[in-house]
This record gives sequence, structure tokens and C-alpha cells, in this order.
Amino acid sequence: MPQTRYVFPHRHLLGIEPLSPEDITHLLDQARAFEEVCERPEIKIVPALRKRLIVNLFFENSTRTRNSFEIAEKRLSAEIINFDADTSSLSKGETLIDTALNLEAMHPDLIVMRHSAPGAHALLARHMKASIVNAGDGAHEHPTQALLDAYTLRKRFGKLEGLRIAIVGDIRNSRVVRSNLWLLTKMGAKVTLVGPPTLVPRELRATWPGITITHDFDAALPEQDAVMMLRCQFERGTGAFIPGQGEYVRFYQLNAQRMKLARPDVAVLHPGPINRGVEITSEVADGPNNLILDQVTNGVPVRMAVLFLLCNPHGEQVP
Amino acid sequence: MPQSNAPCLLDAKQMETHLQRLCREITATFGSDPTIALLGIRTRGLYLAERLKAMLEEILQREVPLGVLDITLYRDDLSELAGSPIVRPTEIPFSLRERSVILVDDVLFTGRTIRAAMDALLDHGRPRRVWLAVLVDRGGRELPIQGDFVGLKLDVAMTQRVSVHMKDVDGEDAVLLESRS
Repeated sequence: MPQTRYVFPHRHLLGIEPLSPEDITHLLDQARAFEEVCERPEIKIVPALRKRLIVNLFFENSTRTRNSFEIAEKRLSAEIINFDADTSSLSKGETLIDTALNLEAMHPDLIVMRHSAPGAHALLARHMKASIVNAGDGAHEHPTQALLDAYTLRKRFGKLEGLRIAIVGDIRNSRVVRSNLWLLTKMGAKVTLVGPPTLVPRELRATWPGITITHDFDAALPEQDAVMMLRCQFERGTGAFIPGQGEYVRFYQLNAQRMKLARPDVAVLHPGPINRGVEITSEVADGPNNLILDQVTNGVPVRMAVLFLLCNPHGEQVP
Repeated sequence: MPQSNAPCLLDAKQMETHLQRLCREITATFGSDPTIALLGIRTRGLYLAERLKAMLEEILQREVPLGVLDITLYRDDLSELAGSPIVRPTEIPFSLRERSVILVDDVLFTGRTIRAAMDALLDHGRPRRVWLAVLVDRGGRELPIQGDFVGLKLDVAMTQRVSVHMKDVDGEDAVLLESRS
């Protein structure tokens, strides 16, 4: 039996911020083994989390993240409860704790939660014995998305260190960006944020001093190994920050014309769902450079790795 | 890490002799069977299987397929590991259908590893028959599992541990008797 001394020191995955480069590397390495499970010709299920109870607690709508978690849980043979929280009937704070106490009475091993309030997950973590996985909290963090993006990039380029990556679009309203900024900077990638001044808060540089901020996509594009296009989140108020969709498209849409400025092998990522014809055209989204569906595919093994690791805690861990 | 003071059960030369004998037994059973394939159980079972593959191919003068099984996700003792569990991919580059598969591991003890390996194996396909080859059977079974090809058969006290060292990972070939800590 190989005596491995590495111990994943976290009981929860609340964000990428608390993780060390070693923790991130361990998770990404582990995901490779789960990818093998997902690629099996017949039985894509392992008994690793048999008899474990996982609750999916979604206070905000989500289709792909939730499906991806659910597939990951099923492939690990976990027992699953989907707790549909009706946002309108909940006021935050006391009610969330009440929900937590109710769940605690069911003795779950792990809770996957999406909630619009950034502190909700930490609050839950303090009140429950179960491990908490953040499946997105407002515009704060979405750690498993950043992990699957990193996994996709690492698979494509063999490494993250030194990679030049532009994140383009509505930086302000995106939770994907913050998790990605933590992860990519921790792993030594060179990140450039691109977008109109109103959507790229300059204060991000206070937290991540190494990043570059530019409003000129055409100038930044040729240097990039990968571009991560963000969704224009009109339902979250993107529209209030830009003069109009037409102008946004003119300067920041990734289309065939603009792709001519990029390296021929540039990787195109998008966390989805795509607004075709807004931040990206179908030609590019479906073109040879896109890794968008690879991201979706990789989400499952990455989440399996997270769930497996948190359900098998060892040694001294940060509470 | 290697070169400990633990009593040596087999040195490199004796280990080689035992492996050759294992090989002869396997070829006596499978010499004319074109469907045989080896499956090494990570970690040291894989290195043993690699050695057996080379020896078998030399004798049989044909290719013997080799795969590797990682059983971490099938174990029943994950909570007893020293660190966080490390899962590595299983790689079986051939179809198991209608195969005679020889599972290879270094030490047969409680039988729980082999139980997990069989569960893992059957999730990858339905071989015609599964056999088990081990370098050392140390006794102490907790499940009704036996080796079909056994290098060295021992009856070791529960307080002791049989540790197989292999050049590929440990810098030397040896089988040592250590105290379980």
C-alpha cells in the first residue's frame, strides 16, 4: 500500500482563495483518475461514496452546475437528496440557519450549495457537521468552475504556469472570475482582464496585483494562449453598465474577424450558458479552437474528485 | 527508504527464481491459451506484472497484454490510510471479453485488496475467467480468496508485515519481514 503523506487540509470547499497551489494540483491530479471512470465504455460508476448522503441545496437557479454535481454524485454511488429552496419564501440569516438545522437532522455527509449571499456557505459551515461545497455564491466564488477551467487548460497545454489567459467581458458581475483569478494567479498563469471600463473594476488589482487590465481586446488578443469569454449577464444588470449591446459587440465580441488576430492554436473557453451573437459568435463557439464542451465534460470528474476528497477526510484539518 | 535492517525473506536473486517459477506454472497452464492477459494491481502488483510480462513473452514468443488496476475507489478501508487517498487511473488497453485474466499483486494477506480488485475488474468487462498470481502469500485471510499461482507461501504473525521492494520504485529487489507499525 503506498503510504502517501499528503493530507488535503480542508473540510469544506468554500472557495479557491483558501487553497494552496499544492491543494489545487492534488485536486486536478485526482480528477484525471475520475475522468477515466467517466470514459469507461460500460459501467461509469464506482462504489467510492456508497452509503454517503449528499444534499444538493440550490437557492438560485442552475441547470448545468447542478446536473454536473448530480452526475458526479451518482457516479460515486452516493445517496442524493435535492433540496429545492424557494428563494422568495426565504429571508436570509435566521432562515438559512433554520434550514441548516433541519438538514443537520438528516445527518448528511456533504452539502452542495448555491446561494446568492457570499457569506452563506461559511455560515452553514459553522453550524453543521457536514462538509460544504460552494456551487456558486453571488458574484463571489464558484470554485468548482475554476477547477474545471484549470483542468481543461492543463489538459490542453500540459501546465498552468506561465500560460497567458485573457478573461473577457462582464468581469464585474461574474463569480467565475474571482475563483479563476485566485486559481490562475496561485498557479503562476499570467491573467489579463479585458472589457469596457464600467465592467472591469480596477480595484481587483488591489487583491491581485500581478494581473493586467485593459479595455483594448484587439491589442491584448494576439498574446494570449487562451481566452475565457464571459457571459453578458443581462439578468444581473450587465446592461446598466454599457451604452448598448451594439457597442459591446463591436469591441468585445469574439468573432471570426477578431479570431484572425489570435494565435492559430488559441483556446477558447466559456463557462456557459452562451449568448450566441453577443459575447461570442456561433462560428467561434462551435469552431476548432473551442473547448467549451470539454469544460462541461471535465466538470464531472473534477467534481467527483472534490466530493471524494471531502468525504474522506484525514488527519489534522483546518475546521 | 530501502536497505532497512528488517530480516530478508528473499534477496534479488531468490526473488528472480520465484518469479521464474511462477512464470513456468503460468505457461504450463496457459501455454496454448491465446486469450491470456495480465492485470497488475497498483502499485507493486503493476511492477511485478511488468516483469512477468517480459518473462512470459520470452517463453511464449508472443505478446501478452498488460493492464493496470487502481482499486482505491473500491476499497473498504479508506479511513485507515495515512494521508488523503490518492486515486490513479485504471488502464486496460484491451477488451476483457472472453479473456483469461491473471490478476497480479505482490502480497496476498487479508484478501480485501483482491476483493476490491475483482469488483473493479468486473466494472470494466466480463472476462471468461480470472486467476490470481502473487509473489508472497503470507496467510491471515479474512475473505475466502486464494492464489492460483503463488511464489512464496508463508505463515506470518499478525504483528509482522511482509514488504516487497522492487527496483522500479524502491531501488532494490527484496522481500522483507518488518514489524507492523
